Amino acid sequence: MSTREIHVGGQDWADVVPGAEDDTMIINMGPQHPSTHGVLRLVLELDGETVISCTPVIGYLHTGIEKNTEVRSWTQGVTFVTRMDYLAPFHNEMAYCLAVERLLGIEAPPRAQAIRVLLAELNRISSHLVWLATGGMELGALSMMLYGFRERETILDIFEMITGLRMNHAFIRPGGVIQDLPDGALDKVREFTDVFPKKLADYEGLLSGNPIWLERNKGIARMTAEQAIGLGVTGPMLRACGVERDLRKVNPYSGYEKYDFEVPTHPDGDCFARYNVRIAEMRESNKIVRQAADQLPSGPVMVEDPKIAWPAQLQLGADGLGNSPDYIRKIMGESMEALIHHFKLVTEGFKVPVGEVYLPIESPRGELGYHLVSTGGTKPWRVHVRDPSFINLQSVPEIVRGGLVADVIAGIASVDPVMGGVDR
Amino acid sequence: MDEVLGAVCAGLRERFPEHVSEPEEAFGEVSVRVARERIVEVCTLLRDQGPFEMLSDLSGVDFLGVAPAEDRFLIAYHLTSLARNVRLRLRVFVPEGDEHVATVSGVWPTANWQEREVFDFFGISFDGHPDQRRILMPDDWDGHPHRKDYPLGGTKVEFKGAQVPPPDLRRQPTATTGYPGRLS
Repeated sequence: MSTREIHVGGQDWADVVPGAEDDTMIINMGPQHPSTHGVLRLVLELDGETVISCTPVIGYLHTGIEKNTEVRSWTQGVTFVTRMDYLAPFHNEMAYCLAVERLLGIEAPPRAQAIRVLLAELNRISSHLVWLATGGMELGALSMMLYGFRERETILDIFEMITGLRMNHAFIRPGGVIQDLPDGALDKVREFTDVFPKKLADYEGLLSGNPIWLERNKGIARMTAEQAIGLGVTGPMLRACGVERDLRKVNPYSGYEKYDFEVPTHPDGDCFARYNVRIAEMRESNKIVRQAADQLPSGPVMVEDPKIAWPAQLQLGADGLGNSPDYIRKIMGESMEALIHHFKLVTEGFKVPVGEVYLPIESPRGELGYHLVSTGGTKPWRVHVRDPSFINLQSVPEIVRGGLVADVIAGIASVDPVMGGVDR
Repeated sequence: MDEVLGAVCAGLRERFPEHVSEPEEAFGEVSVRVARERIVEVCTLLRDQGPFEMLSDLSGVDFLGVAPAEDRFLIAYHLTSLARNVRLRLRVFVPEGDEHVATVSGVWPTANWQEREVFDFFGISFDGHPDQRRILMPDDWDGHPHRKDYPLGGTKVEFKGAQVPPPDLRRQPTATTGYPGRLS
């Protein structure tokens, strides 16, 4: 076992990269660096301005989410996993719930599936907007920062209207979604899908032909398809290497086969290719959101089984608080059985059959996989998350090696890591 | 079972009759159990003779109290074939007290960080790993937090004289009825 230690406080970087010659220089970038997308520390060995090696140091945001889920019920797990990749909370919830549903052998009703798709695709747009905004800012396109966050705010307002929260919604639950859409939500969504393509064209007008943007992105942080596959890189980064692989197409889940959309790819494998792929993906996601809003099936949003379905169709009361008077009347006044179900579900949770599943979905950053192990109890035995940010971040030393130190910034921005997902 | 997977599993059984189990299908996913001393050979074969180009996920599980000591730790390798669009899970069980297995980071470079994560959380050592250090916990951390016997600790919450104990003492584990790979 190696005894190389990297200390949290820094001061040790000369020891971190062994064999540094006198003419090379070790510099430390991060963890508190504005362009490391969170708390990522990179130890760079430089020869002049050229990067010779790069050692990422992660773990600063580790919060033990996987471990935490082991001492809580299957339903409570949703509120934990949504906090991992905080820019894609709906994808985390959806993958976790799909995995639990596979273990239970149930399927969410069609309306719940369509609501999940609608939210997930809006979420993909908002996540890509943060990438575009921060990535643009780091390369000097400061107005992109303002535009990106402006549009994201519109999406977060829709999320707030539907789920009550801008982030960390815990809206998708095993068996469906917790609430039906409120009145007027679909109008808001349609309004957004009408406006957004024009905004996207503005961004492209601002960046795609901009000489500085091209100079900073073209041919930078290049990766081949072989490297990407060997390193397990997925999502827009893999598609920017010319590999057309999107889990929404190859293993459709939650009814994605019903929507008409393309999988954009680009052959170059550099930062500019990733930029093009993500911009095109936002346009496709917008199409899916529109289709989901227009074709939303009617019906329940949660499975019928009272042993699994969380009983909370809240109505806003006169006091401004959510409550469910009909339901309370039923369990308190009418049905003893309903009261027992309620009590069991809320205190203990439901039991999940013995087994293990690995359920991958396409998150904005790539393959988000949940490895769930159940030993038959009311709590998960193990929840392991294959977070695409964690895997994709491993490619950073490969793509920045041999480039300039300024291009490390462009390289990291094009990977689009979310440290909440990397460190979990 | 999928035709491609059936052929792959039959090929594995033929090549390693002693060290690879019959495929087990559950929840629409196919798993085979691989003896830990053969994992690198099996992985190399699956990569080179197809169809698994990618190691999607490498995940550790501690079955303390559920499985016998010789099967205490499970390492699940989730292999993905991009060309044939199939997935296969390899299960390697690691016994208590002898927690090591050969690294597959030479087969798929992506295993590097994923094995570091399993080492960090479960204390399973990967022989031949190029850079086996902790990855998410601090370097001077004691113990391996995802082991089931790792104390959760936590601060006692005092409320008007009554104390709420840490979470592992607060919630007793529920009865379990088995574990994947060996149903009872």
